[in-house]
Amino acid sequence: MEYEAVIGLEIHAQLLTDSKAFCSCTTRFGNEPNTNTCPICQGMPGVLPVLNRKALEFTVRMALACNCEINEVSRFARKNYYYPDLPKNYQISQYELPVAEGGWVEVETDDGIRRIRLTRIHMEEDAGKLIHDDHKPVSYVDLNRTGVPLIEIVSEPEIRSPEEAAAYLRALRSILVYLQICDGNMEEGSFRCDANVSIRPVGETNLGVKTELKNMNSFRNVQRGLQYEIERQTALIQEGERITQETRLFDPTTGTTASMRSKEQAHDYRYFPDPDLLPLRVPPPLVERIRNALPELAAQKKERFIKQFGIPPYDSGVLTASRDMAAYFEETVRLFPNPKIVSNWIMTELMRELKGEESGISRCPVPPKELAELLNLIGDGTISGKIAKTVFEEMYATGRGARTIIEEKGLLQVSDTGELTEVIRKILDDNPGEVAKFLAGKTKVMGFFVGQVMKVTKGQGNPAVVNRLLTEELKFRSLDK
Amino acid sequence: MANLYEMTATELGRVLAGKKASSVEITDAFLKRIEAMEEKVHSYVTVTPELALDMAGEADRRLARGEGGPLTGIPMAVKDNMCIKGQRTTCGSKILHNFVPPYDAQVVSRIREEGMVILGSANMDEFAMGSSTETSHWGTTRNPWNLDMIPGGSSGGSAAAVAAGEAAVSLGSDTGGSIRLPAAFCGVTGIKPTYGAVSRYGLVAYASSLDQIGPISRDVPDLALILNMICGHDPKDSTSVPRAHEDFTAFLDKPISGMTLGLPKEFFNKLASPDVERVVAETRSVFEGLGVNFVELSLPHLDYGIAAYYIIAPSEASSNLARYDGVKYGHRAAKFSSMIDMYCRTRAEGFGPEVKRRIMLGTYALSSGYYDAYYLKAAKVRTLITRDFKRAFEACDAIFCPTAPSPAFRIGEKIDDPIQMYLTDVCTIPVNMAGLPGMAFPAGFSADGLPIGLQLIAPHFEEARLIQLAAAFQRETDHHLKRPPL
Repeated sequence: MEYEAVIGLEIHAQLLTDSKAFCSCTTRFGNEPNTNTCPICQGMPGVLPVLNRKALEFTVRMALACNCEINEVSRFARKNYYYPDLPKNYQISQYELPVAEGGWVEVETDDGIRRIRLTRIHMEEDAGKLIHDDHKPVSYVDLNRTGVPLIEIVSEPEIRSPEEAAAYLRALRSILVYLQICDGNMEEGSFRCDANVSIRPVGETNLGVKTELKNMNSFRNVQRGLQYEIERQTALIQEGERITQETRLFDPTTGTTASMRSKEQAHDYRYFPDPDLLPLRVPPPLVERIRNALPELAAQKKERFIKQFGIPPYDSGVLTASRDMAAYFEETVRLFPNPKIVSNWIMTELMRELKGEESGISRCPVPPKELAELLNLIGDGTISGKIAKTVFEEMYATGRGARTIIEEKGLLQVSDTGELTEVIRKILDDNPGEVAKFLAGKTKVMGFFVGQVMKVTKGQGNPAVVNRLLTEELKFRSLDK
Repeated sequence: MANLYEMTATELGRVLAGKKASSVEITDAFLKRIEAMEEKVHSYVTVTPELALDMAGEADRRLARGEGGPLTGIPMAVKDNMCIKGQRTTCGSKILHNFVPPYDAQVVSRIREEGMVILGSANMDEFAMGSSTETSHWGTTRNPWNLDMIPGGSSGGSAAAVAAGEAAVSLGSDTGGSIRLPAAFCGVTGIKPTYGAVSRYGLVAYASSLDQIGPISRDVPDLALILNMICGHDPKDSTSVPRAHEDFTAFLDKPISGMTLGLPKEFFNKLASPDVERVVAETRSVFEGLGVNFVELSLPHLDYGIAAYYIIAPSEASSNLARYDGVKYGHRAAKFSSMIDMYCRTRAEGFGPEVKRRIMLGTYALSSGYYDAYYLKAAKVRTLITRDFKRAFEACDAIFCPTAPSPAFRIGEKIDDPIQMYLTDVCTIPVNMAGLPGMAFPAGFSADGLPIGLQLIAPHFEEARLIQLAAAFQRETDHHLKRPPL
């Protein structure tokens, strides 16, 4: 029998607000343990939470970008469980009434664009971190992350493969990053993914018993974890066994999953509305204000670039993968209005320097103005395209401008016909045998002459001018003969 | 001049204004009184003479500069569940026996701004769970009128301190009657303001949707002054209502002729004491003499109040008290074998039996599969009770009823019978459920000399109406002027 996988993802995204969700502590990453804390996020007796309005705005921004319905009234709820990284021993989250419900995300798959529907998006607060002593049975608590705002994005169980799951994750991350509400860093944990996986015979409409996968901290590991789990479940079913509903932990070193806790051991979170926070009202005018301020997202930008600049879909996809990259491209094209050439340069020379990471563009030492200048210098024949590539490497390495580098290194292209004619005449004089071959009809020898000229001029001879002068000089010698 | 510690805040204000005594002298008189009385009454968990004299000195300097308000320099007690920066705040519990808050509760900030003098933290039932102050880790407070009797709870220390002259005024908190019951039992005046009128920031939470801070004093004018000080919006408390409050002292002298008081029959079914019945009748005729009309009415869902309260309050408490786990502050078990064992032992050692009972009740009520039958049902009952009151207020300006079915009972009498203890709050709990303001005021005495306090309940944010009614009553009567025979 053939089986298909049914996958639903729960994404946690840390919001890029300056302060925490319910107090005014900074959210800055990497500070000394327990320095970004106050009585509120430390869970001192008597403290009360006050919602960060920015966190709400960011959540609504994401919900609108994902086509969700915004609930005019939603509620914060307490999720009760004991753990030392959770100072109140409950997490402020949302349960029965989330900020947003429904919606969808468009995902590019091998079979074209697919819509993955969302169940809900809700707000909650992050927990702290435990640091375990390697030598003593002691753990330390760092509450810097405690109370950092998160949104949880829950998909419907309608993702069909690990590849599709990864594509969905990429699409979500792209939206979050475009909206500038999350840095999307999976390794640092600001963008996390848990998965619910089950399998069923192809054609079956009821869902099979699911397992929940945790601890997949990269796109690759999400795919590996899901792949392993689907194979594990399929093998079990084919052997006539049953799947146990449980939470499983992915182990990145072995690529396998192992049981963490069974359904019976699952927590009873005893959710109830948080009495310290009033029902959350998101008035329609606020929603409209946020909707009107939404930026153009990757998918829309990609389509526009194809139409407006006439570049191929693949190139447009790369150029719009990050908002900064797209802005870089557009700014360069504004200054050097040849989109195809700009696109080629970014896709090859710049991407090589960025080592394939579009996100590195924000740290690119060559601003669009300088790239456009370089492209202008090629266009007006000041330097050759080949030399330009060397110049660009130098610009990237040193952060200096194209003109400065060209002048300092004497890389100006030689177009002076007098100077070049002198060089050419000398080469022809020194190689009478080759000249004879050429005159005998072996035109291939032309390449040899060009090479010699370039060698003598250290590549600075303007190839077009060199070709023209060589042809003229050879023609002259044939008459001379 | 009478003893300073016998005076009201208003009278002490006059003493200060007339430079007949300094705040330091007044504070000193109270500290001496505390020293003399504590062995008998035990109103305080922690007395803070250094803090008090510092604050008094500062108040004197402000007054000398011609600054300060009507309460500057007046000594007071704060219930042990309001955080005072740098001063131990235990909430009457072993689990916080060593907890020193790094911040001030909003009401404590207001006290500091006003320049009042904090004498110490008043005793209370552990985590405000109790009606007698007997569940305090620090031992019970005794009723100043009869030391064999409980003072009521949970703000028993706050009420007893004012009654015994150990503080001019005090702050208590009221979740199901915890200001009004001890005020009634100790012969003093206390008000639970509308939910949201006073910031809860820094009040150690018991049941967040019911808790409210309020003042206890000897008479209504003092109550009005303290309400003026503590009411108001606080952005640090999301449930605090952004609303300007009236000057409550402006209602002290207003006539009450023509006002109507409602008599809900469900409250009067529950009277267990002929003394209370007599005092109700006497009080009614005083009000009638002042031109007040009475109308009988019904609050049909009142009888479900206690049942619903003992779902909602423990549910919230089970979550609010989860943070006391030995990890960050407070008590931690000395010996344990694992993290879970540390939690278990810490909490087993740190909490008393009543707190454990309510944590278990609440944990059960919120459990998956029971939530709808308990918590959700109780929340609906709460809505019905609120609606009953709203309807009642269409027919009257305020509701008049007992604070408790009987006067104070003996120490030990109900401590082993939780249900009987819970029933003590039958007349006060519905007011918290509806978030209304309720006041207890001295209205007479039982045959054996125990004070009896009656209750007035007003619509949301109509504290001024309660002040107006009770002030008029106190002008006509002298129950509030009687002092316990200590």
